[in-house]
Amino acid sequence: MAPLLLFLFFAYAVPFFGVARWSVTLPEPGVGQYQALVLDPLVQSVFLRTFRICLFVTIAAVAAAYLIAFVLVRGTPLQRLAVEFCVLVPFWISVLTRAFGWVALLSNRGLLNSWGQQLGILSEPLALVRNEFGVVVGMTHFLIPFAVFPLASAMRNLDERVLLAAQGLGASRSRIFWSIFVPMTLPGIIGAALIVFVFALGFFVTPAILGGGRSVMVAELVYLRIFQSPDWGLGSAISVTLVVLVGVLMAALWRFIRPRELAG
Amino acid sequence: MNQRSHAAEIKASSVGKSFGNFWALKDLSLDIGRGEFLTLLGPSGSGKTTFLMILAGFTKPTTGRLMRDGRDITPMPAEDREAGMVFQGYALFPHMSVEDNIAFPLRVRKASGDVIRRKVGAMVERVGLRGHEKKRPAQLSGGQQQRVALARALVFEPSMLLLDEPFSALDKSLREQMQAEVARLHRETGTTFVFVTHDQTEALALSSRIAIFNSGQLLQVGDPREVYERPKNRFVAEFLGEINMLPLSGLSFDGQGANGAFEDRRIFVDETGGNLSGKDTLLGVRPEHMRLVRSPEGAVNALAAMPTGATYGGSATRLELATRSGIKLSLSVPTDEANAALASEGPVWLTWAPERGFLIPPSA
Ligand SMILES: Nc1ncnc2c1ncn2[C@@H]1O[C@H](COP(=O)(O)OP(=O)(O)OP(=O)(O)O)[C@@H](O)[C@H]1O
Ligand SMILES: [Mg+2]
Repeated sequence: MAPLLLFLFFAYAVPFFGVARWSVTLPEPGVGQYQALVLDPLVQSVFLRTFRICLFVTIAAVAAAYLIAFVLVRGTPLQRLAVEFCVLVPFWISVLTRAFGWVALLSNRGLLNSWGQQLGILSEPLALVRNEFGVVVGMTHFLIPFAVFPLASAMRNLDERVLLAAQGLGASRSRIFWSIFVPMTLPGIIGAALIVFVFALGFFVTPAILGGGRSVMVAELVYLRIFQSPDWGLGSAISVTLVVLVGVLMAALWRFIRPRELAG
Repeated sequence: MNQRSHAAEIKASSVGKSFGNFWALKDLSLDIGRGEFLTLLGPSGSGKTTFLMILAGFTKPTTGRLMRDGRDITPMPAEDREAGMVFQGYALFPHMSVEDNIAFPLRVRKASGDVIRRKVGAMVERVGLRGHEKKRPAQLSGGQQQRVALARALVFEPSMLLLDEPFSALDKSLREQMQAEVARLHRETGTTFVFVTHDQTEALALSSRIAIFNSGQLLQVGDPREVYERPKNRFVAEFLGEINMLPLSGLSFDGQGANGAFEDRRIFVDETGGNLSGKDTLLGVRPEHMRLVRSPEGAVNALAAMPTGATYGGSATRLELATRSGIKLSLSVPTDEANAALASEGPVWLTWAPERGFLIPPSA
């Protein structure tokens, strides 16, 4: 335990305090960078876009993961195997490869658009990448497995007899799903949503590739401020803001996960 | 809702259930009467829950058929069977208040808000949960959760109530209280109750009839007195309570009953025997039907035995005895009598009436 804490301290905490110091010292001491951050319309629009994208990604990934987890926990053995395979395989492929995979699929001359045109469904290519849509698709795909695990564990912990009881009391399948199954797995849904949202906030590679420089998200903005414009102070202030936001969300996550663990 | 409009009558014929090549239930035929309180009694793994699940419609039987009021319900899914069920562990909805738990079956049936309020209110009153309506199941004691489960299963006036070991998690005094409550609910609703337990005292106290299970087989069905005093085989005899068993030799039957030899005594039983072969047959007598006496004079059946020990049990003491040939017997007697018997240093005499004994066929 102690060596791990030591490692985490030197690998993350020390550099972070360095960044935090830059944010209040560069180019001159003070909170000027934070004021600039609040006032700068570009920074504002990037934060707004980041939240919007993360929200869509969270909804899409949790919804998809809910279905996947459902099959994983309650499907036939063959369905389970198939789903496990589909969830695990993408884990072995790097995020970069996957992003380019989506470009190959979604770009103007990508598989979807060229098939659509050949079959005469599309008269001209749909803009599926180099915009927010592409970013949402790529990020959702990447984040689904992270949502599957908390959801599957919530579903596994659910007492089968409670579902039988509902059925015996006359409830239809959809009734059981919506008034028993979903509410009872709600802590898992909230946990999964927070995990996805927090991960999504810090995304860099996927938006950079699938957004094509037009749908810049916070992490990419930090990169641009530090390596291209150089404006280390502002870049640092943005980083610190992001970390604080993630911290707040993690605290919320902790609150929702803990009672569930205690109950289970 | 004091009067049930309808209580189900069930007829199970040759019902069997296999899991792979293991038969959890074998060729079970059983009639459950309208409004009766039938208890399924048997050791762990004997198939009680399996049969209850088949009655509820959660499990499809591998063989056989199930009729309700003359209608085949074998393929009918659980949600259409209108059977209330109380699960082992209650299976309450943890995210709903007591009120919402009880209202659930009514909401599912699209009852109006008025009806729901009235019926839930009456049910809450009836099971004594007034003041707890807004609580979640986790905030209730075991006994209160039990009451919610009962209320939820009865509120839609099912034609049958199935209870799977509802009291196994409760302590003794609470269990007795809940038993009385279930008996009252049965009287008041008039619904057919099927109750699972592996506690024979509970079964004897509550039921109008008892069905005894072992290894997936139905061994005997009868009213409590019948199964207790006239068990059909050794398993039933031993499962329902303490029993003294004597091997009889030279068993012969006449018009009135049977008699056979045990050690140097002739023993009489009021039993015509039926298909008993007379070989390796055991005589069974419940300990409370045997009396401790000074001399065998005037008794039809008498037996000498040496006291070997006693276990103090509060209201009575259990006296252990052994006959000359080493057959062990036990007797429940007042503590003073037990002490006197132990102090006497000689054999004591046990007597019982011929109608108190029963013959147990040799186990297969
Ligand atoms: N789904 C299943 N798959 C395989 N075997 C099963 C299944 N359900 C029950 N069994 C087996 O069937 C037998 C009867 O089980 P059942 O649950 O009916 O027993 P029970 O009489 O209710 O016992 P207990 O008093 O312990 O609850 C057991 O040996 C059990 O292992
Ligand atoms: Mg059972």
